[in-house]
Amino acid sequence: MLKFVSPTRRSNTAVTNTNDFPRSHVIGRMMNVIELRGLQKHYGTFRAVDGLDLTVRQGDVYGFLGPNGAGKSTTIRMMMSLIRPTGGSISVFGQSLREHRESILRRIGAIVERPDFYNYLSAFKNLELVGRLSGADVSRANIMRVLGMVSLDERATSKVKTYSHGMKQRLGIAQALLHEPDLIVLDEPTTGLDPQGMKDMRDLILALSADHKKTILLSSHILPEVELTANRMVIINKGKAVVEGSVNDLLNAGKMKVTIETERGEDVRAALTSTPWLGRISGVTEHAVILQLEKAEIAAVIQHLSSASVTINSVVPVRSLEDYFLSLTSEAV
Amino acid sequence: MMLAALRVELAKVFSKWRTFIGFIAVGVLIPIIVLAMGKEGNQYFSFATQALSQAFDFKGNLMNGYTVAYIVFGALYIHIPFLVTLVSGDILAGEATSGTYRLIFTRPVKRSTVITAKYLASMLYVNMMILWMAILAMGLGVVFLGTGEIVVIRSQITIIAEHDALWRFALAYGFSALSMMTVASIAFLCSSLVENSIGPIMTTMAVIIVFTIISAIDLPMFDVIRPMLFTNHMTGWKLLFDDPVPWPRVFTSASILVAHMAACFIAAHVIMQRKDILT
Repeated sequence: MLKFVSPTRRSNTAVTNTNDFPRSHVIGRMMNVIELRGLQKHYGTFRAVDGLDLTVRQGDVYGFLGPNGAGKSTTIRMMMSLIRPTGGSISVFGQSLREHRESILRRIGAIVERPDFYNYLSAFKNLELVGRLSGADVSRANIMRVLGMVSLDERATSKVKTYSHGMKQRLGIAQALLHEPDLIVLDEPTTGLDPQGMKDMRDLILALSADHKKTILLSSHILPEVELTANRMVIINKGKAVVEGSVNDLLNAGKMKVTIETERGEDVRAALTSTPWLGRISGVTEHAVILQLEKAEIAAVIQHLSSASVTINSVVPVRSLEDYFLSLTSEAV
Repeated sequence: MMLAALRVELAKVFSKWRTFIGFIAVGVLIPIIVLAMGKEGNQYFSFATQALSQAFDFKGNLMNGYTVAYIVFGALYIHIPFLVTLVSGDILAGEATSGTYRLIFTRPVKRSTVITAKYLASMLYVNMMILWMAILAMGLGVVFLGTGEIVVIRSQITIIAEHDALWRFALAYGFSALSMMTVASIAFLCSSLVENSIGPIMTTMAVIIVFTIISAIDLPMFDVIRPMLFTNHMTGWKLLFDDPVPWPRVFTSASILVAHMAACFIAAHVIMQRKDILT
């Protein structure tokens, strides 16, 4: 189980100041933490990432979505300087990654795909070693504090080879937070966690964002998780951004699935016979009808059914990111 | 940052069981050889010198600690490369196998710093191994068998005076460290190319075997490349027990070994700088 304990912020690592960014990257008080422009990674003729643009602003919990093979992990690896882009640019905290790699990485904590550690060492020793390379405070107190945040403090001296996958995942979070980064990149952070662990991870992400003003890039296949935690997102497919924007805006765009519960489903169908909405019916059961409607059309449909004396017990609009994700990625295929 | 990276690498190297295999092997073998030589060394010596026994009369404490240390050196020298590659072959490829390249190469440290720290750690391991071998062979030999003149039996017999022994041993161990660092450098280069530890160990041993065979076959077509093969120079430590020491040959051999080391390090460095971390 994860529990969040407020990290004590070191005064010399405070960076959420507009003066830390070049002017061109400050729009009003909204700063771009990550800017990818025309990012490309080609392996021979295969284009893993093909001209990707995205912008993560300061304070965002930014959902990074896409089906398997869409190029998410390749993009994250390029952002973490593990692989070299074929083309395009990566700018983090307003600085080019190519030119300022070390100063940028000092301010990023990341889990890149599955969390792998030195299995022959303890969790404590693993954090001590990676902490030294990150210039982090590797005092016993600080390492135990971070292990406590992910409820691994009691197993601090156990070798990592005795850890379950979920525990390694939590240790991955601990190493990402150890040096108190400003930007946290989480690639599928809930993989292998049980439902409670997933909820705790969500709470941790929200707390890091809300209480500690961290900017978070969250790549996930679990779409409801992005819905519940992210404020902005991009959906990528075949190495390109399909759509980018606010999660709320994207959820409210386009058609949604509306279930109208009534005494008899057939009454609704009959009442809509001479209207354009008849063709929007996607299902009829004994006591309900499901329609594909624009948000603005819902009120008109209800009004029409009321005037036709159809008894409406409830109207349930469902607009899930999953539907949206599937519709976009299938359109792009 | 280099010191921090080196500290991290040494902590990893000396936390692995495989690192101590070499120390344990040497620690078991040398006492056995020293004790056996102490007990039956004179028979060994008589057998080695039987062709000369009618012309020369050998007297004194010839089977002493120095002579035994020399014999041990020659006997174990062939096998030390196997032990050396266990660490050097794993130091990069092991990170690929365990997926921990992602852990270290996403830190605010230059790749070149990490790679150099890894190289230095594996070289330090090699030197510790040679030092361990020297301490055991010389220490146990002198403690159990005392000191005396070194009888060097090769194509000719050279008797090295007792007071002339220590500096020769010191330089010989230094030279052997250079040879083993060359082997470790080749393993390091192989380690940068692949993603499992077995490959570099096997490849390095294959290179040593092939080069040794080429060095040993006396054919004119090999004459051009033979002087450049590191295996031809690894036994240069023996020159330090010639009287007089052929210094130009010693320096030439040492230079060729250093050139191999530098070439391997630079090549590994370039490979790792360009490598996409996909594991």
